[in-house]
Amino acid sequence: MSWEVVIGLEIHTQLATKSKIFSGASTAYGAEPNTQACLVDLGYPGVLPVLNKEVVHMAAMFGLAVNATVAPRSVFARKNYFYPDLPKGYQISQYELPIVEHGELFITDAEGNDKRIGITRAHLEEDAGKSIHEGLDKSSGIDLNRAGTPLLEIVSEPDIRSAKEAVAYMRKIHTIVRYLGISDGNMQEGSFRCDANVSVRPKGQEAFGTRAEIKNLNSFRFVEKAINFEVERQIELIEDGGEVVQETRLYDSDQDETRSMRSKEEANDYRYFPDPDLLPVEIAADFIESVRAELPELPDAKQQRFVEEYEVKKDDAAILTISRPVANYFEEAAAATDASAQLVANWVVGELSGALNKDGLEIGDSKVTAAELAGLLTRIHDNTISGKIAKQVFEAMWAGDGSADEVIEARGLKQITDSSAIEAVVDKVIEANPGQVAEYRAGKDKLIGFFVGQVMKETKGQANPGQVNQILKAKLSG
Amino acid sequence: MSLDKDQVQQIATLARLKLSEDEYAESVKKLSRIVDFVDQLSQADTSGVIPMAHPLDVAQRLRPDVVTEPNDRDHYQENAASVTDGLYLVPKVIE
Amino acid sequence: MALHTMTLAELTAGLESGEFTSVDVTRSLLDRIATYDAKLNALITVTGDAALAAAAKADADRAAGNVGMLNGLPVIHKDIFCTRGVKTSCGSKMLDNFISPYDAAIVERMTAAGAVVLGKANMDEFAMGSSNETSFYGPVHNPWDLDCSPGGSSGGSAASVAARFAPAATATDTGGSIRQPAALTNTVGIKPTYGRVSRYGMIAFASSLDQAGTITRTAEDAARVLGVMAGFDERDSTSVDAPVPDYLGEIGESIKGLRVGIVRQHFDEGLDAACAVKVKEAIAVLESLGATTVEVDLPNIDLSVPTYYVVAPAECSSNLSRFDGVRFGHRAENAEDLFDLYCRSRGEGFGDEVKRRIMTGTYALSAGYYDAYYLKAQQVRQLIADDFRKAFADVDVIAGPTTPTPAFKLGDKVDDPITMYLNDIYTIGANLAGLPAISVPCGFVDELPIGLHLVGTHFAESTLLRCAHQYQQQTDWHTACPEAFA
Repeated sequence: MSWEVVIGLEIHTQLATKSKIFSGASTAYGAEPNTQACLVDLGYPGVLPVLNKEVVHMAAMFGLAVNATVAPRSVFARKNYFYPDLPKGYQISQYELPIVEHGELFITDAEGNDKRIGITRAHLEEDAGKSIHEGLDKSSGIDLNRAGTPLLEIVSEPDIRSAKEAVAYMRKIHTIVRYLGISDGNMQEGSFRCDANVSVRPKGQEAFGTRAEIKNLNSFRFVEKAINFEVERQIELIEDGGEVVQETRLYDSDQDETRSMRSKEEANDYRYFPDPDLLPVEIAADFIESVRAELPELPDAKQQRFVEEYEVKKDDAAILTISRPVANYFEEAAAATDASAQLVANWVVGELSGALNKDGLEIGDSKVTAAELAGLLTRIHDNTISGKIAKQVFEAMWAGDGSADEVIEARGLKQITDSSAIEAVVDKVIEANPGQVAEYRAGKDKLIGFFVGQVMKETKGQANPGQVNQILKAKLSG
Repeated sequence: MSLDKDQVQQIATLARLKLSEDEYAESVKKLSRIVDFVDQLSQADTSGVIPMAHPLDVAQRLRPDVVTEPNDRDHYQENAASVTDGLYLVPKVIE
Repeated sequence: MALHTMTLAELTAGLESGEFTSVDVTRSLLDRIATYDAKLNALITVTGDAALAAAAKADADRAAGNVGMLNGLPVIHKDIFCTRGVKTSCGSKMLDNFISPYDAAIVERMTAAGAVVLGKANMDEFAMGSSNETSFYGPVHNPWDLDCSPGGSSGGSAASVAARFAPAATATDTGGSIRQPAALTNTVGIKPTYGRVSRYGMIAFASSLDQAGTITRTAEDAARVLGVMAGFDERDSTSVDAPVPDYLGEIGESIKGLRVGIVRQHFDEGLDAACAVKVKEAIAVLESLGATTVEVDLPNIDLSVPTYYVVAPAECSSNLSRFDGVRFGHRAENAEDLFDLYCRSRGEGFGDEVKRRIMTGTYALSAGYYDAYYLKAQQVRQLIADDFRKAFADVDVIAGPTTPTPAFKLGDKVDDPITMYLNDIYTIGANLAGLPAISVPCGFVDELPIGLHLVGTHFAESTLLRCAHQYQQQTDWHTACPEAFA
């Protein structure tokens, strides 16, 4: 039987506010345990939540960015359950009336086509604290620094049909929240994580299969692996005559498998009801318009503009728009050189990305600035150096040896464009290789590469390759 | 409508309350009485009535995003029964 | 005149004239508490040293010309209000060891205005009760008859003021917890409009109903204290940002032309006949002052008690989840695991009534019952609020009895929760609709005091205080002092 996979993602993204969603405690990561947990975060008797304005602003930005409705009225509810990382015994979250509804975004599917993924809703809630189990013998330690950090939970429609699509969707959301500057998207620190609802059904069947929810996936790779494992598990189970049970599962990256979380399964009845300590959040139309006006150019629009305005290849445009700093770098470099934008794109996507990866740097910390890269590409464009030499120059620039011109000057890498000089070398090469000359003239055209190589070797790569080709062909045919 | 012991036990579990046998017996009796009493509500015709969550029709006020709370952990933890290295302790949580 | 018999107004005059100092007053009242509280059990904590220090500071402030509205005036806080560095028990074993690291908003405001805090008043556990019998610290006795309940949940506050331990006490009211004990102890109790006084630092029972107020012997004193307590607080999202009228300044204005609504359902068979007579006499006094009466209908008011006993437990079941033995409060020893820690800490720390309400609320919110109970109650709440809205189109205040009967004997109603709950039948409506209401002494039945209940429209505290004050100018019920505490 042929199976169809159905996936919906719930992405939890921490919002990059200074203070918590309902208190004035800091949200900075990595502080000593419980030093950023104030009375409100600790759920002390008598204290009350007051909503952070920036959280509403950020949620509205996200809503507009995914073409969703930003609700004129949304309501916070309490989700009641006992757990040590949940100090009040309830989580303040939005339930019936979320702040964002009916959004969408587009990913590229396996065939290279645009595919729409619906966003059911995005709602605001507070993050929980952390339990620490190591080194405490029979106890767990509770750190509530994270408790009350604002979260935007983004829930997709079950429109995703493969682990690869799930990753593409998650990457797209990741790109958007970083473009908007509403989350640092740091997955190691847990700022961006997701739960995946996975089910399978026979191809052609309309009804959904029973789904399992895989909790707390905190890397793109784990999302892909966990979903693939879970899909295989469910298919095998059904084909062996079993049934998928609706449950929560945990992905174990060491074993590369998902496991049932029995401890969380005991009859959860969250008893949601509107939080009486908080009033309905009302968002006026003019506020939404002001947020719309300040929205940055979003990845899809930017990508399209790069294709149209700079005439770069679509695939390159996709990579160049992966983040705002990358796109800005590209635009800055392209503006500072007469070289073609595609050449700039090639270099940003190629050499520069490689060098950054190797050193583990973000583009903002690049050792070669956009202006410096533009300087280098200008020298390719005006034939001062060849592309191949340029790579050497780039390496030197990366190592801190100066600008492109300084390196070219210091190392004497200027391209030889003087025809008579090149002709002299060509003559020398022809004279030294009579056998190959004879073979070439007998019709073995491929040997042209050999001659070019010899000339470049003689000139230490500095001869203009176009001229070398032209002169060689003329002399050999003569 | 009266409640039975199983229901009361379920409720007590959800609410994380340990009750003695006597307390269960008493709770079954008194909770049933309360539930009977509030069942009067079913008489009211509430079709189309918007549920009232707040006594005043006011919108949520928003707080500027400013850090105002300094660290006062040691003071706050004076009320905690079990603390080590700044962490609140609970019996080991198995995930 | 003995210092303990004086009202805030009289004390203020004496402090101003230099007749006595705040230290004199404080010492006198602390002595009284030490002598008499064994009979009443009205206080959980007495903060004598701190009170004397605060009194000395108040006297120094006065000498320096820095005179707040409550300068040097002794008050008692209900033990539901967090007081920094002082035990804040909420009447529960759960918080018997709890020292609050912060002050409630009203505590801050009153202290800043110069008040001297004598101690913390006994109360029903987590404010859940109408007789003060659910307190972990034992029941409070009614100064008018020690075998009787002073009412609840603010029984300690009311008994303290009635017994002349202090001229004013703070209190809270979720379904009648200020007004019912005030009525049963011959004191004035005002519950302001929801949102008028900050709930910050007031340990929550039912967040959409709870409101802080005062118990005093006169409406004039209530006006003085409320003027300090009321006002916007950015730490409470439900606090209303509206100017606070000059309650004290407006209190002398006439009530001529005031339209007083009489609710037919409030005088039916549920009301003790002798009480009905007294309440009608009181309304006649208002008429003699130029008020007119109009009959009004609150068709859904009979459902207010069942509505309340769904909404309040639902909210409390969630509000009290934070008491889990981990960060504060009672923690069970030798817990086997996390579940055991939770269940035993809460099972041991909470008393019967609190557990009962948590379970009622848990049930009302649980899957399968939410619509029939919680949602239905929220809808009926809307109907009741609508009834009041319509009634206030025609009247300025609604007058009636505060309680169906005078004080009842301790132990009389503990076995049947519903009988106990019906004590609040006349007061609960104001909480459901968020309206301000006041109880003012209006006579005695079988030598026990009862109260006249006045409900106003939102933010009409000034009208209620004025009406109560004008009534007190014509009557002297409030000057009667229980014999044992004369």
